[in-house]
Amino acid sequence: MSYNMHILVCGGTGCQASSSKTIISRMNEYLKEKNLDKEVQVIATGCFGFCEQGPIVKIMPDNTFYTQVKPDDTEEIINEHIIKGRKVSRLLYKEPEHHNPVSDSKHIEFYKKQLRIALRNCGFIDPENIEEYIAREGYTALAKCLTEMTPQEVINEIKLSGLRGRGGGGFPTGLKWEFASKYVADQKFVVCNADEGDPGAFMDRSIMEGDPHSIVEAMAICGYSIGANKGLVYIRAEYPLAIKRLRIAIKQAEDYGLLGENIFGTGFGFTIEIRYGAGAFVCGEETALIHSMEGHRGEPTTKPPFPAESGYLNKPTNVNNVETFANVPVILNKGAKWFASIGTEGSKGTKVFALAGKINNVGLIEVPMGTTLREVIYEIGGGIKNGKKFKAVQTGGPSGGCLTETHLDTPIDFDNLIKVGSMMGSGGMIVMDESDCMVAVAKFYLDFIVEESCGKCTPCRVGNKRLYEILSKITEGKGTMEDLDNLRNLSHVIKDTALCGLGQTSPNPILSTIDNFYDEFVAHIRDHRCPAGKCKALLTYHIDSQLCIGCTLCARNCPTNAIAGERKSPHFIDTEKCIKCGTCIDKCKFNAISIR
Amino acid sequence: MEKISLQIDQHQIETERGTTIIEAARKSGIEIPALCYMNLEGMCIKNQPSSCRICVVEVEGRRNLAPACATKCENGMKVRTSSMRVLNARKTVMELILSDHPHDCLICAKSGSCQLQGLTNKLRIREVPFEGERNRFEKEVSPSIIRDMNKCIYCRRCETMCNDVQTVGALGAVNRGFDATISPAFGNKLSDSECTFCGQCVAVCPVGALTENDYTNRLIDDLNNPRKTVIVQTAPAVRAALGEEFGFAPGTSVTGKMASALRELGFDKVFDTDFAADLTIMEEGSEVLARLNAFLSGDKSVKLPVLTSCCPAWVNFFEYQFPDMLDIPSTARSPQQMFGAIAKTWWTEKMGIKREDLTVVSIMPCLAKKYECGREEFSENGNPDVDYSISTRELAGLIKRANIDFRSLPDSDFDNPLGESTGASVIFGATGGVMEAALRTAYELHTGMPLAKLDFEEVRGLQGIKRAVVDMNGFELKVGIAHGLGNARKLLNEIRRGESVYHVIEIMACPGGCIGGGGQPLHRGNSAVLKARSNALYEEDRSKPLRKSHENPYIIKLYEDFLGKPLSEKAHHLLHTHYFNKSK
Repeated sequence: MSYNMHILVCGGTGCQASSSKTIISRMNEYLKEKNLDKEVQVIATGCFGFCEQGPIVKIMPDNTFYTQVKPDDTEEIINEHIIKGRKVSRLLYKEPEHHNPVSDSKHIEFYKKQLRIALRNCGFIDPENIEEYIAREGYTALAKCLTEMTPQEVINEIKLSGLRGRGGGGFPTGLKWEFASKYVADQKFVVCNADEGDPGAFMDRSIMEGDPHSIVEAMAICGYSIGANKGLVYIRAEYPLAIKRLRIAIKQAEDYGLLGENIFGTGFGFTIEIRYGAGAFVCGEETALIHSMEGHRGEPTTKPPFPAESGYLNKPTNVNNVETFANVPVILNKGAKWFASIGTEGSKGTKVFALAGKINNVGLIEVPMGTTLREVIYEIGGGIKNGKKFKAVQTGGPSGGCLTETHLDTPIDFDNLIKVGSMMGSGGMIVMDESDCMVAVAKFYLDFIVEESCGKCTPCRVGNKRLYEILSKITEGKGTMEDLDNLRNLSHVIKDTALCGLGQTSPNPILSTIDNFYDEFVAHIRDHRCPAGKCKALLTYHIDSQLCIGCTLCARNCPTNAIAGERKSPHFIDTEKCIKCGTCIDKCKFNAISIR
Repeated sequence: MEKISLQIDQHQIETERGTTIIEAARKSGIEIPALCYMNLEGMCIKNQPSSCRICVVEVEGRRNLAPACATKCENGMKVRTSSMRVLNARKTVMELILSDHPHDCLICAKSGSCQLQGLTNKLRIREVPFEGERNRFEKEVSPSIIRDMNKCIYCRRCETMCNDVQTVGALGAVNRGFDATISPAFGNKLSDSECTFCGQCVAVCPVGALTENDYTNRLIDDLNNPRKTVIVQTAPAVRAALGEEFGFAPGTSVTGKMASALRELGFDKVFDTDFAADLTIMEEGSEVLARLNAFLSGDKSVKLPVLTSCCPAWVNFFEYQFPDMLDIPSTARSPQQMFGAIAKTWWTEKMGIKREDLTVVSIMPCLAKKYECGREEFSENGNPDVDYSISTRELAGLIKRANIDFRSLPDSDFDNPLGESTGASVIFGATGGVMEAALRTAYELHTGMPLAKLDFEEVRGLQGIKRAVVDMNGFELKVGIAHGLGNARKLLNEIRRGESVYHVIEIMACPGGCIGGGGQPLHRGNSAVLKARSNALYEEDRSKPLRKSHENPYIIKLYEDFLGKPLSEKAHHLLHTHYFNKSK
């Protein structure tokens, strides 16, 4: 059956939370009612990436891009666009700069600079239908590998492509495969690390939700090249939709003979099982992940031995992240040279980022390596929200660093980010504006690390806790300049001595904020002042006696009775009692209350 | 093994490939400090979580510092064990540990033998710059072990002993991050867990987190009470280790000095558990022969192998883990309990003392013995056969407290009748010893012929599981010996699967047997110490005029006067027991 038109509705977790499922069912009902259900097909796709504007509805073939669609808009879209051929202009995206509606997503600034390789099928195909994946060259790479290439040739191709691990470490993928292939064992394993845990990051989830077959295919390719016939996906149980779609994909691939015994009649067999993680951040570290899969406490162990030598059940194991795998089929289809032509000297291809924070276009983006931070923030991201000033961008998840204005023209790649004191990480990118306090930001990340440390080694278990406590002291105005030295020394020792990657990078947010925002730390310590106005303990609320008319509204709403004053005469705040909740400011109609 | 060469500090070192930096350095006389690392060489016991990060060293070409305990030597490697970078890191890590550790060394049970205290001193840490939250865990006092997790430094040695060596699985890591600690499952108490009280966790704990429940103050009260007759029994393994607490080299037997010290402390009688060990051989040996004969004559109701039952931790272990096999172990009570039962019946009768006025104290290399004293079946009308047990370490502490100059004490003998023993009973303290003692008696009772060679070398030594076939004048007796509960589990699983070939099996819960017990001077994983202690016992055996339990004149007299013969009804009542299903 062929359709004349397709309505693509985002079926990712974010858009589903904004009723995209209802939109799909209402569309199907209405199309049936209008007798159009044989001509127009509604497809639930994976994430379009432009989550800020979700739910997204895209009409094909004319590429019309509707944003923030509500279930009540469905009939209008069908009546106007599908039946009458007129675009619903109120649902078109308007660029924040000029407010003109843009119809074709290709012309939207958010997409212009993007290059989608890992996300190639997200927002394009029905992830629950293997045929749509196959129609987009799906499983041709696996066929090519199994029938035309030796395992070593596959490894060579991946090596040549320059693909590096997208999970954070940036280790060359081809080399990793080669290590695993060299060890001789009766059983080897391919593991997909889908334990995405950086706060605010959802690259891997979106790929699994939007294009699960790409992972299935890549794991089988990896299995062929290293000599493993068993694959395991370690995925956090908090990703139910991704789990569901992976399950469907695995089942479909089995039904099509693309998984199981004797694939393509070549004698090579490969199966995939799903293992659930309980959501511990440290289980993203490959040795901890392996121990968790074995049923042990999710704790890292010293490397070497690397998993390639002794991994799951002490067998040679190759662990790659979801996004890394998603790149593999394309590399083999289009060739290593094509892939290597994208990106920078040391970092090839693209990288997916979860863009978040004080930025206009929050969402999931994929850009060629070498794109500058400025391009990402100002062009793709549409600049800072509410016209505020850019202050910092945090890359690399909780163990990355905070970069400033001076770093904005840095071309993003693995090595450059490390050079300027941050890291690529798995692709979190959080933008901060002038109202963000960098001491508080460092404290926020440390809080996360303290919560997520497994506790095994001393520096991470106790050291990070002490770092957090010193930062708390500083945000409360009780810090000393000596604390700043202690922070630095302790941070360096933790980096130098911690057992695993989590601890070895955990002080990065502190070191980079001290380096880049030293004055802000000093202001908290010496002047007992938080320049951004964020650290509660350092703020005092004042009523301007000139502006206050004595309406008593603030006093009546103050939860601690900290405001006193005669009716119709200026009020004042007892700073001892004030808990700085901000209620008085919200209530005051005369802008008489300020924070200092 | 391939030889490789590397440089550690100023030393050019040759070592075998696969050696860790810490071991290579140790062999060259460079001591890299460490807290979590423990290597019980020759017994395949290694705790190497590389988690304390004290042993970090600088390896040329490596980005961060490397844990010397878990990093293998490479050819051409250049290692600096105490560069300024290393010293700063080590100091900071120590400060971090101390920032979550109570500073109550003055009253800590491990003060003086605490490895954290020692290292703090060595690194000359005089202040802890980090203030902040400390963990506040509730202290647990069980009959045998006191757990104070506020002192735990999370080295995981206890976990290794409990899980990997003993396969008991009572202790494990719980919680995450700063709150991470070691605990029985679900935050239960040790007493409500499958803990056997073997005390191996205590034996390896570098700090005061795991210590024995100390009964010496109670002992002082009793010795100070004129209405009480207080007698003491000392286990075989105690004499081979007590001296270490007074500066004697491991393996120095201090039997005579120990008896003098106990007398000096004011015990009314200084008896010996060895006497009861001879009695155990009479009962257990007779039981083995009876069961074996019945089995061989086709009695299907009799099961083999017979398992020894001297070790209370081992008894706990099978009561929890193998409740389907409670009819296999010998019903003979442990020597400690046999002693108590005889002391509070035969001896009190003889002496005209009321049971309530007699306090029986045992000196044991063991912490499970403290628990065993309290088992209900070993009491009469609420009055226990053995009132309480104190460990070798506690006795050493009391001798020091009492200002007794142990080193210059003269030797003296035990009192009679409960102090006389044979060489067979002395070796009870080493793995294989009970078996050897039993073989000496069983052979002669079974064959009616004198044994030509008393030493059964094949059942001696620190190998985890030992096997031997003994020719009993035509009948081949197959015996197995395991020490360490992990090894015991292997033999037990064979029995459960119906694959066991043995007639008799000896099991001791602790590595090396009682000489490595949880109440001994801390072995901390040093197998050389265990070997030396074991040698001391075999030496004492050799020097004894009587070396077979059934030749002990006071044992013979005890049967004549009181018990009748082995396995008599009276013997059953006083010297045998039954077991309980403790699995949940």
